[in-house]
Amino acid sequence: MPNKNFEPRDQRIDDALDTSGVRHRATLKQEWPLLLLLLFVWGALWQDFSLGNMVFGVIIALLIVNLFPLPPVVLSGRINAWYCLKLFIWFLGQVFAASVHVAWLALVRGKRTRSAVIAVPLRTDSDLIVMTVGHVLTLIPGSFVIDVDRSSSTLYLHYIDIESPADVEKARAGIRDIERRLIMAIGSRDEYEAIKSECGPNFDARKG
Amino acid sequence: MEIFLDVLVAVLLILGCLMSLIAGIGLLTFPDMLTRMHAATKPQVLGFLLIFAGLAIYLRSWAVVPVLVLAWGMQLLTAPVSAHMIGRSGYRTKHAAKETLFSDELSHVVNKVNGTPPTGTTPVSKTGSPDEQD
Repeated sequence: MPNKNFEPRDQRIDDALDTSGVRHRATLKQEWPLLLLLLFVWGALWQDFSLGNMVFGVIIALLIVNLFPLPPVVLSGRINAWYCLKLFIWFLGQVFAASVHVAWLALVRGKRTRSAVIAVPLRTDSDLIVMTVGHVLTLIPGSFVIDVDRSSSTLYLHYIDIESPADVEKARAGIRDIERRLIMAIGSRDEYEAIKSECGPNFDARKG
Repeated sequence: MEIFLDVLVAVLLILGCLMSLIAGIGLLTFPDMLTRMHAATKPQVLGFLLIFAGLAIYLRSWAVVPVLVLAWGMQLLTAPVSAHMIGRSGYRTKHAAKETLFSDELSHVVNKVNGTPPTGTTPVSKTGSPDEQD
């Protein structure tokens, strides 16, 4: 018997359910990114993006989505292609830099490598942003998510090469910078405005 | 041009394989399970990107690019999940050398959660809702 007496903030723990506890099917408007992805998988595997194959792919995608329904992913309704591209290029650069760093640690420091488990409270309320921040920071060598506190949007992560409290603060600022970039790319309008006012007029150029 | 592309392919493939070698060295040299997870799960992000780029140039074909993008994308989606699951269970068992950590901001949360009984067995009631009283 699920407990219905949620605090207002805990409601999103069951955000796939509405207030009466009924799970709704995702609508086509919520599901089109998933359909597009399935269509891409279909085309890529056939190595054929011709019209006929695409039409058949759409039919198969609709069939799969209706046979195996998933809870809807709540999107923010805002996407900025320029910040997405910037985020992707920055991400590749970070992966290169951090790979060299971890390789250096493996070859030179070895057993003397110290690390820490740090808590990073995020500003966002959105599950999607928390999940994406976790993914991005895990893919960049040097950190990975151990645990998530969903009700307070706190990530607990393992961070390599931490030897002083200053390193801890630097790591925390780095994660919040990833969050800033993601909110600028796909965050909701409210969160975007909040980030803008937090970081001042030249928020775009801010390093952190 | 052909020579230049072949050299590029060779460089990309060797750099990609080097990432796997470094992952192996990291597994041997890092001190504990959590740090080893970094070596075990991350190099494929860059290593596969380099290998796939080399492969696409070697095959001289645009048709394989979506397949390679798909394979890389799947790696990006699944690698963090496995790292998280192994790290999470490793942290809660003896395999993580927690005493060597510089700082640990998760331990008090885990200890607190371990101290309370699992939800569902006993009502953890702060306000005393009407459901739980009858």
